[in-house]
This record gives sequence, structure tokens and C-alpha cells, in this order.
Amino acid sequence: MSALTIRNLKKTYGNGVEALKGIELTVEKGDFFALLGPNGAGKSTTIGIISSLVNKSSGQVSILGHDLDTERALAKQKIGVVPQEFNFGQFEKVFDIVVTQAGFYGIPASLARQRAEKYLRQLGLWDKRSNQARTLSGGMKRRLMIARALVHEPDLLILDEPTAGVDIELRRSMWDFLIGLNEEGRTIILTTHYLEEAESLCRNIAIIDHGQIVENTDMKSLLEKLQVETFILDLARPVTAAPSLSGFQVRLRDATTLEVEVPKTENLNRLFTELAEQNFQVMSMRNKSNRLEELFVRLVEQNLPGQAQPAEATS
Amino acid sequence: MSGYQQWVAFCTIVIKEIRRFTRIWPQTLLPPAITMTLYFVIFGNLVGQRIGDMGGFDYMQYIVPGLIMMSVITNSYGNVVSSFFSTKFQHSIEEMLVSPMPNYVILTGFVVGGMARGMAVGLIVSLLSLFFTHLSLQHLWITVSVVVMTSALFSLGGFLNALFARNFDDISIIPNFVLTPLTYLGGVFYSLDLLPDFWRAVTLVNPIVYMVNAFRYGVLGVSDVNVYASLGAILVFVVVFFALSLWLLNRGTGIRS
Repeated sequence: MSALTIRNLKKTYGNGVEALKGIELTVEKGDFFALLGPNGAGKSTTIGIISSLVNKSSGQVSILGHDLDTERALAKQKIGVVPQEFNFGQFEKVFDIVVTQAGFYGIPASLARQRAEKYLRQLGLWDKRSNQARTLSGGMKRRLMIARALVHEPDLLILDEPTAGVDIELRRSMWDFLIGLNEEGRTIILTTHYLEEAESLCRNIAIIDHGQIVENTDMKSLLEKLQVETFILDLARPVTAAPSLSGFQVRLRDATTLEVEVPKTENLNRLFTELAEQNFQVMSMRNKSNRLEELFVRLVEQNLPGQAQPAEATS
Repeated sequence: MSGYQQWVAFCTIVIKEIRRFTRIWPQTLLPPAITMTLYFVIFGNLVGQRIGDMGGFDYMQYIVPGLIMMSVITNSYGNVVSSFFSTKFQHSIEEMLVSPMPNYVILTGFVVGGMARGMAVGLIVSLLSLFFTHLSLQHLWITVSVVVMTSALFSLGGFLNALFARNFDDISIIPNFVLTPLTYLGGVFYSLDLLPDFWRAVTLVNPIVYMVNAFRYGVLGVSDVNVYASLGAILVFVVVFFALSLWLLNRGTGIRS
């Protein structure tokens, strides 16, 4: 049984905007899945429909075998949602927010309090339990929303940009927490703008653009599609012109920095040999951008209006 | 969700609502107490002494039931309209919408929360009135029924207002420009017998007249209208408003795009 099955899902808003044009998506149980796309691509609409916050125009959504139209309550019981925007009562206390959410799922108060303590401790918010939510930092508010989404212990957790505005240290600790949840058997679907995050955490990925899935595969296969990687080389001495290297595209960014496009078919040893022969001494090297980011930009650029080619659901 | 789980969810909303209006008691419970005390002092004592009897009672006794009912109406309405609109405004309504709670539980929870505030304020005002006059309940069950149904009806009204409201102006228009005039013209301060035939007929279109008079009948035993017809009409309105609210909630009006 799949954790999430979406069939021919369409959404047209009242103002005529066609946000989803019939998407197909399957997320297997236990997966750590990334849903990526540029702003306005349809990610939040998709999540909104799955979590019953947005009415779909047509199509089918099934969560762990429960159809959202015919078994809505059972389907809702199975998912926890961490939205992009803070959506709790700002004047309520942290502990009350989590306990109240448990109550909405019919969890009795004593068990709700136990669960609230468990997740607030795990997310490092126990000391803040008596604080009003509005007094928390941005990172704490995000963690509060995760604790709240977990209090009914859902099988499928959907996080819409959970680490937006969170500092690097905290982001890493949240990654570890999410990996732990996934290892316990929970299916996790994540949208993020940090492509490094998707590459580090997720095994499968779908890219959505202009309301259509333009790529849906496992992370490894996707990254293999990357034909060219761009590297930045820092030179020991200033130069006035870029070297001429056969098989590589080279550009001089400034007097001590080269930008080199390396096709997948070429090996880096030859690059360094040729540079050394021309008296270019390389001190350090790094990727111009995250590999997934390069691929993402290319896929989205290919999918300009009128060129969209929806992908088959494969994962 | 099982029946027990729905009960837990319902209690969660009611407790949340009661916690909200008691936490901000200087905004919710104190102002009606002060306003109504002023009414008792000015209209009841100072002006009332010059008016003399009305409907067979001294003026203070005559207006107290109406003022209690006025408090119940405005506070039931005000609680739900502000609380439910705030949950929309802060998006915390999403906490409820993502849960498996049926919509009728959400609706009933908010309505009972509004009734709790309406009746709490009604009780405070009733206790305050005892400093100014003597009250003895003539018909206990009619009094209780009117208060319960009226607070339910105006809680539902507040809910409908909040569903359609898009900004804070929208939640103040109806209380200020519809509810307040209807309440003041609803026979709180005068008997309908004082009005010329034409204005009496016009006044009978005002639904608040029936609630105030039914409540006055429960407390004092006098009414300008048929009490049982009033109770029936309130009940019909409660059922219609509940059905309408639930239908809109199921459609997602004002809460889902």
C-alpha cells in the first residue's frame, strides 16, 4: 500500500488560475520524499488539498489506502502537516497548543499531555512550554509546529519548507530529527527551497512546475541526468586571461577565480594536468552550486510555458 | 472518529473558548458589567424614578430582564464572531481543518463557547441587578429555555458573520449597525403598548422583541407577545441558522479556497 496516491489532480481557483493540471504522484510507505518546484508551481496547493485545506477541482487523493472523498476522517487521522506559515494562536501557551491539537484528534487529556511533553522535549521546547507562542524565535515556532503535527502520531508527515529561516546548526538538528522519524517508519514528504536539504535527506523526488510533475524519480537517477557540473577554482596567482582547455568551458570570473564546466565524460585529472602545464596553480575548488540545484534550474527552464512535458509517476 | 473521540474534540474547543474569554476578562466580562451597572444607575434609578410604573412593575424591575437579555445577545454574538474570525485571521483554523473532527463538532464547539460567555455575562449582570432591585423568577424553565436558545441563536449569528468576514471591519458592521439598533428597539426599555399601532406593527418584525419579552415573562410574568410562539420562533431560527452554518462550513465558504 502506498502512503500517498494522487491521480489526475486538478485545481482551478475562483480567479481562473489553473494551479494543478492533472498531477499524478505516488509516494511509497516509509519513503523520504521531496516535492520541489519554483514559487507558484503548485506545491502548496497540492499539500493544501492533501491536508483538506484546499478544495480540489477534480481527481483522486488517497492516504494509506483511505480515499480523501469517501474516508476523509480516516485519511486525516493518518497525516500530520507542518505548514509553511505559522498558523497557531500567537497568544496561546506552547504546551496548550500541542495539547489542544491532540484534543482535536480525540486524544484524551492525560495522553495528550504525555505526548505533548514527549515531543516538546524531543524538539527542545520543553523549557518554553509555559511561554506564549508569539514570544518564540522563528526556529522555535517551526519546531512547535512539528511537535504539534506529531502529537497524534501520524504515519505520513508532510512538511512545507520546515527549515525556512532556520539557522544552519538548528537546520542540521532538525534534519537529524526527521531522519530519526523516518527510520521509525514514518513516511515523510518535504518541500524545500534548500536543494541541499532534499539531496541530503530524500530518497525520491518529484519536481512540479506550472501545475505539472516534470520529473518524478529517485534521487540517484535524477542526479545521473546531470551532464555537466560547474566548478569554481581559486588560483594562487592573479591571471589576465582564462586558459584554453580542450573539452572544458572555462571563464575567468576575476583575476584569481576560474569557472570551469566539466562534462560528465571528462575526468578531473586531465583538467588539473592541463592547468598545471599552463602554469595555473589551483589552491582550492568547489561546486558552483548544489548539484540538484543545477539540475532543478535546467528542468524548470526546459518547462517554460508551452513546453511542459508531464512525467510519469514512477515512485 | 468514534463518538468518544468526537466528545473529546468538542470539549477541547469549548474549553479553549472558555479559556480564551476568561484569560481576557478585562475585555470580555468586565465591560458589560460596568455598562449594565451604568444602565441600572441612570435609567433604572435616576430616570426610572420619574417614569414610574411600566407593565405593572417599577421601571427598574421592568428593564432588568431586557438588559440581561441584551448582555446575553451581544456577548454570545461577540464571542463567536471575534474568536472564529481570529482563528481565520491567524490561520489557526487550519489546526481544526486538518484534523478528522467533523464540521458539526467544530460548529457546536464554537456555539457552546459563545453560549458560555453569553450566559456568564448574563449571570454577572443578573447578580449586579440584585443591588438595585428585587427579582424573583416566575417561570424558571421558560427563563432558562429563552436564555439557552437566544445565546445559541446569536452564537450561530456570530459564526455566520465570521465565516463571511474578510477583515476586522466586517465583524463590527453587523454588531454596530444591525444588532445594537434592533436590541435598543426590541422593547428593552419600554412596553410595546406605549407605541402607536403603526410602530407597534413595525416593532413586531424585530425578532429581538420576542426574546426580550419571553425572558421578561419568565422573570416577571408579563409579556407583550405570545411567549410560546416566541419560544417556537427562536427554536426554528436556531435550527435554520445551525443548518445554514453547517452547510457553509461543509462547502468551505470563507475558510477553504
